[in-house]
Amino acid sequence: MLIEIRKEHFDAYTEIQLYLNSMKAEGKYGATASFVGSMRDFNEDKKVTHMTLEHYPGMTEKHLNAIAKEATEKWKLLDVLILHRIGKVKIGEDIVLVATWSAHRKEAFESCRMIMEQLKSSAPFWKKEQTTKGSHWVDKNTVGY
Amino acid sequence: MQVSVKYFASLRELMGEASSVIDIEENTPVSKLWQSILASKNIEFDNVMMSVNMEYVKSEYQLKAGDEVAFFPPVTGG
Repeated sequence: MLIEIRKEHFDAYTEIQLYLNSMKAEGKYGATASFVGSMRDFNEDKKVTHMTLEHYPGMTEKHLNAIAKEATEKWKLLDVLILHRIGKVKIGEDIVLVATWSAHRKEAFESCRMIMEQLKSSAPFWKKEQTTKGSHWVDKNTVGY
Repeated sequence: MQVSVKYFASLRELMGEASSVIDIEENTPVSKLWQSILASKNIEFDNVMMSVNMEYVKSEYQLKAGDEVAFFPPVTGG
């Protein structure tokens, strides 16, 4: 399992491949589910130029670990990967990556979704959007279900 | 007794500080601490989230000496 907060840009699909290589689990899993959240150039009709992501050092990591642990207790998973950006995020950059591996698709799909939704609702991160008309804190996430 | 208090995101900007140390009576509910902070700063803030020692707590949670309390707006990660 790997859970990291990243200050620098990462490419989610490269990270999945790198992690897969390190897992050395060829033949052990039959399903990989992943979610990648990326930086849009719009939000609610506003043109967004970039975003700054803040977190609560210590608590954020603790919560991401707790969410991943809950998933591994609920489903039979081979592995879990969670990466999340902080700092200044540019248009098109990846913000979050959740990937789960299991023998069959049900466990991978459901655990990936659960981790992502829990992350959205409880992991202490905050977004501040910079638009062409100024900056503002995002006050709520969109509904996932 | 003393507790440390942290603020994040829009709340940090509103408070004008990221953290402070506050003297309160032992077993003060975290909601009472929050109300006293709002009163002392003469500000209003809806939908605050509260944590103590990096765990979410309910408003009636009673504080102990040395607790790390944090107040912040709804989370918007992902």
